[in-house]
Amino acid sequence: MSQFLSTATVVVSNAQGLHMRPANLLVTTAGKFTSNVTIVREGQSVDCKSILGILTLGAVQGSQLDVHAEGPDADTAIATIVDLFQRGFDEPAE
Amino acid sequence: MKFSDFIAPQALLPILGSTTKESVIGELVDALVSSGNVVASDRDDIIRAIMKREELGSTGIGRGVAVPHTKHVGVSRLVGTVGVSQEGIDFDSLDGHKAELFFLLVSPPDRPGDHLRALENISRQLRNDTFCRFLKQSKTGDDITQLLKEADDNHFGS
Repeated sequence: MSQFLSTATVVVSNAQGLHMRPANLLVTTAGKFTSNVTIVREGQSVDCKSILGILTLGAVQGSQLDVHAEGPDADTAIATIVDLFQRGFDEPAE
Repeated sequence: MKFSDFIAPQALLPILGSTTKESVIGELVDALVSSGNVVASDRDDIIRAIMKREELGSTGIGRGVAVPHTKHVGVSRLVGTVGVSQEGIDFDSLDGHKAELFFLLVSPPDRPGDHLRALENISRQLRNDTFCRFLKQSKTGDDITQLLKEADDNHFGS
């Protein structure tokens, strides 16, 4: 099977940071893709399909994260996840 | 952030009696009231807010763990407690399993960073199987206090 690698840098824009609800949204979204997806913050890398993993990042508003996807649908996975961050996980602005 | 920064040692519940989602939330909030961390007049409002948050999506995050939480103006700093259910309680968890370990958090509305740091600490410790096993085996509040202290001292690595 052909493998593809895709990466992007995102910033946590919503005021509450990556708390449980956005973390859950990330897990559900990443889980729709067969690619392995990881998120890296300041050298700490976690599985984007694990809510415990994402919560250990403690990513407050303004945190810069690198997202990596590896697999047949890596490009779509990254595009979808970048979109989630850009929309601030659809949380109301505060 | 360490457990000792937000977990109230007098509010720990090693032997939860509740069997439903709403009653276990009530039992945990009551422990925060009787330990003096939440005022009694805020009790019902806090329980309502936590249940409302659960409607947005269960805080049962898998591995037998639930982290029910809310923001509330009645607290001036983040407070929380820990409860253990031997039988497990149906919490609509994401993985479909019952929840056995509960971390209930109430935070001031204007401190999202503290809430995130508490979640960070809880999730980091819960990734360790030994920590989860010892917590499930706790028989007394002192057992839990000791375990949380060991976690704060990085006895469980990760």
